[in-house]
This record gives sequence, C-alpha cells and structure tokens, in this order.
Amino acid sequence: MSTLSRDEVARVAALARIDLTPTELDRLAGELDVIVESVARVSEVATPDVPATSHPLPLTNVFRADVPEPPLPVADALAGAPATQDGKFLVPQIMEED
Amino acid sequence: MTDLTRLSAADLADKLAAGDVSSVEATQAHLDRIAAVEPAVHAFLHVSADEALATARDVDARRAAGEELHTLAGVPIAVKDIIVTKGLPTTAGSRILEGWVPPYDATLVSRIKDAGLPILGKTNMDEFAMGSSTEHSAYGNTHNPWDLDRIPGGSGGGSAAAVAAYEAPLAIGTDTGGSIRQPGAVTGTVGVKPTYGSVSRYGLIALASSLDQAGPVTRTVLDSALLHELIGGHDPRDSTSIDEPLPGLVAAARQGATGDLAGVRVGVVRELQGEGYQPGVLARFEESLDLLRQAGAEIVEVSCPHFGYALGAYYLILPSEASSNLAKFDGMRFGLRVEPEDGPATAERVMGATRGAGFGDEVKRRIILGTYALSAGYYDAYYGSAQKVRTLIQRDFAAAFEQADVLVSPTAPTTAFKLGEKLDDPLAMYLNDVATIPANLAGVPGLSVPNGLSDDGLPVGFQVLAPAKADDRLYRVGAALEALLEAQWGGPLLDRAPELEVGK
Amino acid sequence: MSTQTVDLVDYDEAVRRYDPVIGIEVHVELGTATKMFCPAPAVFGEEPNTSVSPVSLGLPGALPVVNGTAVEYAIRIGLALNCQIAESCRFARKNYFYPDVPKNFQTSQYDEPIAFDGYLDVELDDGEIFRVQIERAHMEEDAGKNTHVGGSTGRIQGAEYSLVDYNRAGIPLVEIVTRPIEGAGERAPEVARAYVQTLRDIFRALGVSEARMERGNVRADVNLSLRPTPESVLGTRTETKNVNSFRSVERAVRYEVSRQAAVLDAGDTVTQETRHWHEDTGITTAGRVKSDAEDYRYFPEPDLVPVNPSREWVEEIRATLPELPAARRRRLQGVWGFADAEMRDVVNAGAIELIEATVAAGASPAAARKWWMGELARTAKTQEVELGDLPITPAQIGQLQALVDSGRINDKLARQVLEGVLAGEGDPEQVVVARGLEVVSDDGPLLEAIDATLAAQPDLAEKIRSGNQGPIGAIIGAVMKATRGQADAGRVRELVLERLSEG
Repeated sequence: MSTLSRDEVARVAALARIDLTPTELDRLAGELDVIVESVARVSEVATPDVPATSHPLPLTNVFRADVPEPPLPVADALAGAPATQDGKFLVPQIMEED
Repeated sequence: MTDLTRLSAADLADKLAAGDVSSVEATQAHLDRIAAVEPAVHAFLHVSADEALATARDVDARRAAGEELHTLAGVPIAVKDIIVTKGLPTTAGSRILEGWVPPYDATLVSRIKDAGLPILGKTNMDEFAMGSSTEHSAYGNTHNPWDLDRIPGGSGGGSAAAVAAYEAPLAIGTDTGGSIRQPGAVTGTVGVKPTYGSVSRYGLIALASSLDQAGPVTRTVLDSALLHELIGGHDPRDSTSIDEPLPGLVAAARQGATGDLAGVRVGVVRELQGEGYQPGVLARFEESLDLLRQAGAEIVEVSCPHFGYALGAYYLILPSEASSNLAKFDGMRFGLRVEPEDGPATAERVMGATRGAGFGDEVKRRIILGTYALSAGYYDAYYGSAQKVRTLIQRDFAAAFEQADVLVSPTAPTTAFKLGEKLDDPLAMYLNDVATIPANLAGVPGLSVPNGLSDDGLPVGFQVLAPAKADDRLYRVGAALEALLEAQWGGPLLDRAPELEVGK
Repeated sequence: MSTQTVDLVDYDEAVRRYDPVIGIEVHVELGTATKMFCPAPAVFGEEPNTSVSPVSLGLPGALPVVNGTAVEYAIRIGLALNCQIAESCRFARKNYFYPDVPKNFQTSQYDEPIAFDGYLDVELDDGEIFRVQIERAHMEEDAGKNTHVGGSTGRIQGAEYSLVDYNRAGIPLVEIVTRPIEGAGERAPEVARAYVQTLRDIFRALGVSEARMERGNVRADVNLSLRPTPESVLGTRTETKNVNSFRSVERAVRYEVSRQAAVLDAGDTVTQETRHWHEDTGITTAGRVKSDAEDYRYFPEPDLVPVNPSREWVEEIRATLPELPAARRRRLQGVWGFADAEMRDVVNAGAIELIEATVAAGASPAAARKWWMGELARTAKTQEVELGDLPITPAQIGQLQALVDSGRINDKLARQVLEGVLAGEGDPEQVVVARGLEVVSDDGPLLEAIDATLAAQPDLAEKIRSGNQGPIGAIIGAVMKATRGQADAGRVRELVLERLSEG
C-alpha cells in the first residue's frame, strides 16, 4: 500500500485549493498516512465480481418538466457576495486561460 | 403551572390544542430556559427569539380564529445549523460561512414553517458535520448536560444537548454516519436517521450526498415519529427523494407503546459488539434484549460479515463526496474571502487563502483525503473499492433482514468521553461511529433510544435498524422498549440528569 | 503574450509532406425553456444574474433535478447522428476550480454518455461526401460568463479582476466528440468547416437549438495533429479554442497545419497544449501552461439518479425526427429533377426554401430555379443582399410565372414586372395593370401594326410571298417595337402569314 508522503499531501492540498502552513502539512501528512493505511483494507474485498453501488436506493429516471419558475431576486443572489460591481460578482484576477 | 419545558412535544401539543397554554407562553418559556442554561451548555449558535415569537403569535391567532392546524403547530423547535434557513444565519459550524444568511429555505424548513412551529434558533455542530463530538465546531464546544466536561456527541451535539437540556422539545439533526443517533445515545435522547430519501435533502448543506439524511432529535419516540411525519415525504426538488408516502410512523409508535412485540424477530448483529464496546454499554444492551424478549420478541443472532469494512468504506466515500461538495466554498460568491498575505491576489490564491483560513483541521483532513482518493490512479483502489464494499454491506443487510424484522446493537461503543480526550487521535474519534455507519452506507433507517446509564452514570443508547422504507418498524420497537424501560425506571431517563446551574 | 515570429510552412507544401488528423468537439446550447438542472429560465442577453436559482448559483444546500426536455433533445441529437442511445447512463462530476463554475465542479457525463458510436456524412462543396465518425454525445451544463476588467484587451492576462454573470450557468449543453478524422488530407480544413456547418443545420432542423455560432449557441474546439504518412502513428495534437465561426474553423485548421509543419520541420516536437484562435490576426497562440495536469477526479454524481431511456421512448422520439437537411436535399433534387451541379448552386445560394415555396405557389421547379438563380440572384448580388432579403416573395414569383404560362405576358415583359415588384409597386398582377404590360391579345392592334409595317416595306411582303420566310422576323420585330413588346410573337407571325396569303 502506498503511504501518503508530505509532498503528496502538498500536491493534493494544492489540487483542493487549500493553503497549508508547513506545520499543518507535517501534521496532516502523519495523520493521513495512518488513515489511508487503515481504509485501504477495503480493496481486500472489492473484487472484480462485486458491482459498485453509487446510490443507496435504486431510483432511476427522475425528471423535471421544462417549465420556468421565478428565479432568485438579483439582490438575493448577490446578497452574500464578498464583492460585486454592476450586478455581477467581482472576483480576483484569474490567471488561467479559458 | 407545569414547567412547560419539561413537557414532551406531544404533551405540549395537546395542551396547545386544548387551549391550556399559548404558543407564545411555550415559546417564551423555552427562550427563558435557553438564556438560563446556554452559558453552560452552548447548544445554540443563533437564537431567533423575535422570529420564534412572531410565529407563536401568528399560530395563537390562527388557532383562536378556529383554523385547523397541524398537530405540532406552536411547538418550538431547534434546527441544526447545517440546514439552510432563509433570513437566519447558517454557518454549518464553520468560519467560512460566518454571517452567511441564506436567501432560501430548505424544504424541511418550509414544511416546519408551514406547520407553524416557532424556530428557536440554530444549533451547534462539528464543522460541516464532520465529527463525533461537536469539538470541531469553529464556534466553541457544546457541553453534555449530563456532565458539562463531556462531549454531547457529534456532529449534531447542539441539537441533542438542546433537547436534553430542555431548551427545546424538538430539534432537527442530520445523520451521515451517526450524527443524530450517537449524540442521542450519549445525551439520553432519541434520535432517528430516516431511510435515505425519506426526508428531503434540499437545503441540507451537503457533506456526503449519498449518505446524508435529516431526521428528528427528541426526548420521546412518539415525538420523533410526529416530527418525522411532518418533515418527511417526497420532494420534487430532491432527485434522490422517495416518491412514495411514508408508512404510518406515529401509528407504529403508538402501537409499540403498548409494549407488545409478539411475532417480531429481533436480530442481534454479532459484528456490532465485543471489542471496543464498554462493559456498561454491553450490559445495558443485554438487559434491553431481555426486556424485548419479555415483550414477546424473538431474539436471533445474525452475522453481517462485511461490517468490519464499513468504517474504511465510509472514510473513503464521505471524504470523496465531501471534497467535491465543499469545493464551492471558495470566497467568490458568498461567505468568507481572505486574500493571501503577500504576492498577487489572484482568484486561485484567494481561494487557497480563504479555504486555508476558513476550514478547520478535520475538514481539511477529510477534503485532502477525499481529493486523494478520487485522484487519477487512485480511484479504483479507494473510492471505487469503497463503493463495492457498500454493495457487500447492502447484501449483508438484505440477508440479515431475511432472518429478522429489525436489527439491534448498542448505538455507540462508549458513553460520553471528556472534552479534548480524543482530539489528537482522529482514528480513535472515527471509531465512535462504528455501529452507526453501516446504516448510512446501505441507506437503511436507524433509531437510537436511551436504554439506561452505564457504570459511569452516563447515558447509553440502543440502536434499532430496519429495512429501507420500513421506518415504522423502528418506531414500533423503539416505542416498546422505551415504554418498558420507563415503566421500570418510573419515568424518563432524563429525569436522572443533573439539574443544570441556571446562569444569569 | 510573446511576440516572437512564428515559422509557418506554406499550407499546400505542408499537406504534401504531412498527413493531418483532426478532431472536433462541438458544444451546442439547447433551446429549452429552463436550465439543465433547475427551473430558472434559460435566457440570453438579460441583465446579469437575473436568471439564477440556488441550484445554478451553486449555493450551499441546493440540489439538481434533470430537465426531461433536455434529455429528449440529447436523444434527438444522438439519433440524428446515427448513434446508439445508452440503455443506462449516469451523470458525473467533473471537478475543477474556476470562478465561472459555481459549484467548482461541472455536472457532466464521463464514461457513460447518453449517445455513442455514430457517424455523420458531411457533404463538401464539390459534392463529395465525407463520413465523420462520432465517438459520443453527452449532456452537461454550461458555465457562467466572466468579463475581465483592467487588461488592455479585456482578456484574462493582465486583467485586474473579473466580473461574473451566472445567467448562463446551468444552461443545458450537449457535447459532441468525433473520433480522429483521418483521410481528409489537404481537405481537412474544409471537412472541419463542413462538419460544423452540417451539425448546425441538423440542430436547427431538429429544433433543439437556434444554433447561432456567432451567439455562442454552437462552439467548436478543433484538434489537429500531423504525421508523416497516413500509416504513421498519430502525432501530438493541439486543441484550439475560441473558434467562433465556420470560417474560423477552416482557417484555424489551416493555420495549425502550417504552424505544426514548421515545428516538425525544425526537428522539434509539437507541444500538447490548448491554443487560442485570434480572429483578427488569423493565428493561434499558446494558452497558459497549467501547473498541474488536469485531474478532474470524475465520480458518479450522487445527487442524481441514472437516466435509463426505455427503448419505447427512444423509438417514440425517433418517430418525431424531422427529415434531416441532407436527406431533404436529396429528395428535393430528385423531385425537382435538378442536375447535381444545379442543386449544389441552389444549396450554396441558400435558395432551397425559396424554391420550395415557389413550387408550392404553383410554379414548376425549373421556372422557380430560373427566377431565383437567374434574375433575382443577379439583383441580390448587385444590391449586396441575401436572396431571401429581396423584397419579393415566392408567392409573387409563382404569380409571375403563372402570368407567363397563361400567355398574358412574355419573358421580356415578365422581367419588367419583376422590376416593378422589387420596386415596391405591388403584386405582379397589379404591376401588369398599372404599367400596362400585358401582351396584346386583341388582333386588331396587331393587324394595324402589321399593315403599317407591310405598307412601309412592300418589298418584304414580296419576298415572303415568294417563299422566303426570313423577313418575317423583321416584320415581327417591327410589330413588337410598335407595340412596345406587348405582342405575342407567335400570334404576330400567324397574322402576317394570314395577311400575306390574303393577297
């Protein structure tokens, strides 16, 4: 079983957009390593013949009619926003290309 | 006048219907109680006195006008802060949602409001429902009314403590791995996790979408049945909602209260006892089995051989789904926004700084674990495997329910531990849920009813599990045991809880 | 943005030495009334953030519910593309952080698309048919719209901040992905363009989208790789985004061929990357290199349940499919009896509906084509307008042709009537009357004109009487002139001969 190294934790934290201090990183790496080892047991019984269950209840084909309902009032939509301008959400500069 | 806060919801409802007491009086009595004991208990994150009294006044007026009202109209209720309430702050116990006021109501809140129950406030919880002790709340601990140095359980410790401390006769909790049932066990209250899909999840801040269910937190089994019937039922806004009427839960509770369980087969799950379970917990469990036997139930032993893998599967599925569900908390559209201390304040970096500052340790642990489990190259071994274990656990339940009508176990392996005792050992903390987790994985319903005090004088809970959509069986067996036990005790278990010091 | 000069190999040279393989991903916005997962109205061009719900805004606690009409539309598209329709499929979460994605994941479909393994026969300009294999078509939701503020071009790099409008977030999309398109050779750019155009025509015919590329209803991402020969393994491909018109699709492919050829010629390797098409300069530029490879951590969407279209439902939908554009063109060509080249001209001029309507108004297909592709096409070109924008209707053309067919006017007069209609003088009938353009039907005036002509040129009469029919034309001509062209030439001829035979 692979253990979860500090570097790996740092990589995953970046993927999850969570800044960690070096102390946090050290501690988390240790804790997660232990957790991962213990949960990894699940693969023992997860043989190819066992299907995966993603939904506890066997519901299918739940649809909604294509009928409009009143949207949120704009003021409500923007109410919780840290910053707005011209009726839009103001967010910091995005560095990635579209 | 009887202390209104000591009444069960059903009894209070009777008095309200009879005109013996008004909802304003009842609501005020609970608000007074909250003010008195909150300094010690800290069950609430927000008390909505004005709104609650306004609802109470409205209900009283409508009742006086002769309007036909819901059975529970005018009975106050507390709501776990993971449930979205329009106009009332909703934090999910997290710094990242500090001060956030939702612009819409959860479906279950709409039903509560439509029925005319005054909402006393929002209760404390482990941050984003991740925890078993409420110690992971960003807003401080909640204290167990039985012993203020001890945990009230989690993640819904606030709702359970509020009900145990008579601050509210009813509360709403959510249960993803035991977060209603386990606090119920350690606070001497009743808690129910309905069948997955029984109660709408629309408006529940999602933790693990395939595991979460909202449910009742009360002092009696009948109260839970009444509340479950109010909030449950199909919701077109929730695609995973069961499109069938609920079975008769209140009827089942009343039937159970007669104490007759002839013909009921009760299955004891071998894997949900033994090592890790305190002797006092096991002793109370055995005594309860005896009572059920005396009531006419047939006790059988069943085996669910894959339950040993449930904890592992759970701590893969939950973090994986949670890592995705919690991605929306990024400081862009609502909630906390934190800029990085130095360097350019790009969207990416603001997200990282916000989530780094806004999330607590346990949340970070689980998000990173979940992100890892889903990432390229690891999916099959972790998340994929966990979903297979889920299938195996469903099959175990199916086989067990061939031999028994309900399955039983102690709700939690231990009584309430001391605050701070397990904070340094996440894995030890996770073990609190070992008996409750299987039900969430399979989607079957579970109930915890207080069944005595352990050697340490702290409450113990008895768990009843039923097949999916057979929630009525929980209420029948739970109500039976409750009736038999209270007959033995001469009253509810909570009567033996220490009187809380009334603060100024 | 770097301003280094980019080496390019002349396109024709490049395709002589390299074999291009293209791949095209098309996203189409469905024209449903509401969004994919919530009942907020699907609107365009409204005030920002006026059409959002807790679901499409990604608020905590909100849950998706699938729009049944969107599923039907997706199935229609799949059937039109000759795909298999899945018996069971699920939605999946595609997890990535971006401010225009309110949940920071997109609800899409991953390894279980609703439609797969299809094909589309694309007709190129010269009539050649090229079959494009379709790998899949799946359902997903659109993101919001970012406006970048502060940068010099309004694009991301250099922007101080961005403003986000979530009206578009949650609009239903169907994404259609081709298998690698091989064997197009130097016609790859044309194939790419024709493919996107054909898809657009299909979307409109199915009624699932307005499909206007310039409005963003249809978006194309174009993949291209080069390899030395068709037998070689596939080369490294680039993906070009921001291709906003059919012409851009073609140009972007051409440019990438030239650019990649130069890279390979220099002995370098093509960087696998996403590139951005610039309409103004006609080039592609590299997107920002991402710090981590895209790990979307797909997993089945737990808030939604599987979509299992019953075979009955699929057949019901199939039965409602309209005749698709290509099939319709073939059928009409047969009915109308046009030659391939004639039909192609009609198609390229966008005149199918016009001719169809004109035929419905009573004209023969040949006559309809004569007017629309002849006189009217010339007029449209001169005035620099579309054929359909000329101020004349198929019904009026039908009327006009009926007048000719009945003999009330001749071709020459018809042209004058046409002018009159285009000038806004009314229907053909009205113009005929107002301008007095009818063919003279009364023999009297004709005989007068004939007599006058014969009197003026007695030698012609002699020639005709002696058996030389030639001069009749001159007499007819003179009579036509005298009657301002409103004589029926055939009748005049008859009358002349009668007159002359009378001695």
